[in-house]
Amino acid sequence: MAVRRKPTRAEIRRQRMEELINFPLDWLEERSGLIGGVRYFLFRNVPSDINWMQTLGSAALTAFLVQAITGVILAMYYVPSAATDPHTGKPVAWESIVNISDNLFMGWLVRGMHRWGASVFIILMFLHMGRVFLFGAYKYPRELNWIIGVLILVMGMMEGFTGYLLPWDQTAYWATVVGINLNGTAPFLGPWLAQFLRGGQEISGETLTRFYSLHMLLIPGAIIALIGLHLYLVIRLGVTSPPWSKEAAGMEPDEEEPARLRPGLTRPVPRPAGASAMQAEPGGRE
Amino acid sequence: MEPEQPSPDTEQESLHEEAHLPPPTFWPIGFAIGIVVVLVGLVINPELISSIGAVIAIVFGFLWARDATAELRGQTLVVEPERRQLKEAGEGMTAPPADQQGVALPRVDPATVTRSRFLEGATLGLGGVIGGLITVPVAGFALLPSFLDQKQHKVDLGPLSNFPLSQWFVTTFVVDPAEGEVSRRTAFIRNNGNVADPKTKKQVPSFTIISNHCAHLGCPVQANGPTGAILGQKTIHERTANGPVTLDPVVPAGYGCPCHGGQYDTEGNRTAGPPVRALDRYSFEIDKGRLILLSTYSVSHVVGTGAQAKIYRYKEAGPGEHVDGPEQWFYPLQPPHH
Repeated sequence: MAVRRKPTRAEIRRQRMEELINFPLDWLEERSGLIGGVRYFLFRNVPSDINWMQTLGSAALTAFLVQAITGVILAMYYVPSAATDPHTGKPVAWESIVNISDNLFMGWLVRGMHRWGASVFIILMFLHMGRVFLFGAYKYPRELNWIIGVLILVMGMMEGFTGYLLPWDQTAYWATVVGINLNGTAPFLGPWLAQFLRGGQEISGETLTRFYSLHMLLIPGAIIALIGLHLYLVIRLGVTSPPWSKEAAGMEPDEEEPARLRPGLTRPVPRPAGASAMQAEPGGRE
Repeated sequence: MEPEQPSPDTEQESLHEEAHLPPPTFWPIGFAIGIVVVLVGLVINPELISSIGAVIAIVFGFLWARDATAELRGQTLVVEPERRQLKEAGEGMTAPPADQQGVALPRVDPATVTRSRFLEGATLGLGGVIGGLITVPVAGFALLPSFLDQKQHKVDLGPLSNFPLSQWFVTTFVVDPAEGEVSRRTAFIRNNGNVADPKTKKQVPSFTIISNHCAHLGCPVQANGPTGAILGQKTIHERTANGPVTLDPVVPAGYGCPCHGGQYDTEGNRTAGPPVRALDRYSFEIDKGRLILLSTYSVSHVVGTGAQAKIYRYKEAGPGEHVDGPEQWFYPLQPPHH
């Protein structure tokens, strides 16, 4: 016969604390399922023999978040105007950059994070791409995620191109002249693309404002959407095991089965007679 | 235990348990139209139109209020409930799965447009129309202004007396004063003297005016040769309607691009490097003894020099685009240019 020991005062206190902490989480989970969603998003099987190479993707994501946050703050102080300041005779956009770097508290740091972080973001994307290539992580069923990743890389480069003009100094101006004219030499639609980017026949204040809009609204929005798709596929398909690993952590298909016979939208799972009438989900995921 | 006594307000309770909808009515629509007419009238004709709108709104508002309060005033409401016949599963019916509770629905011929199918189509169609109404003007606003109203700016460079015969000048000028410094451009200008017009046989002034936009990727081409201070000549500063114009005397041996090393002779012919054609030129006119720059045009190459030069002239094309040879077919349609 088990004797129920009276809980000590410390145990009661501890239990109350747990209830206190769990109450809001329970409240949230009951109404939204968010806690379970976060666990589904973050917790997945990882082979025991992975290494730091497999953190490059989240490192690139972190670099993007740094760009997004510092960019939002910089937008509070930056003025995308090619007009000339009547007092100094200098362009307003360039003066606002000087103000951020020289006068505003910690402005030099935040602008520096954004300026150097841009290179870090691109470099990390390339390293991540190299890891995926060398580990063969682009293979079936992950080809689509490779394609989405390439689109993110292209968008990242467009961010670099549009952001480079914003300081509105000689380097920015002539780099953009050359960059737009390079686009302009593309056959057939090139001249039209160049004129759209310039906002007319010549680079002007309109070029600056539209580059600013593309740089901080349109392209980041596209990158965020693409990152969402990218992560969705990572969650759906799981982590690729390194080439040397004996463990299969992801949702790799049975290698014995030829690809064309695997279940899909138009190919129902072949099932023996008498099996459950429920059709397996496309992709064979459990 | 005693049997439960019906509570005194059972009858009233049961009233609330019934479906409690007012009958369908058109009065609110008329009321809304009246309000709209009042508001439109405030803009167009407050006295007449707004009065009409007010009358419509008051009349329909009264009728609506009368309908809505009929129950309160003790009048009986007759509401026809919407019902549909429930049938046992039988021939021509789809039975619900055996393990599920459900009502058998009549099997619908696929060609029949059921209400749900109609609503699905209507939602998609209306959604498409609304999406189009929003997207088309916004996309047009995003794309077209770059191509429409590309107006030509004439640039007044000052009196002809500033340009001695056969002297080259590095000339900088502001194309659009409203745009400011960002529209400052540079051209290399030489006065070739008067020459007979091939058509009218009259003597007209001839100028060679070469744009400094490199024909490779648009970098600023520099004159290879000594300028003002070295030559011991003064730079001329002129103020015209377009703002400040500077004329810096120069003796060019040709032109060179700092970006990727393109080289040109004094007529703008490519001599070395990556450019695909000769430098662009400005067309010009003489107005009341002043040199006026017009738009630019592209040049494949130039034979001869000065007033006798034969210029192989093409419609303005962007830097790096071939205007002659088979490569020109890569650029069949140029965006509108002034």
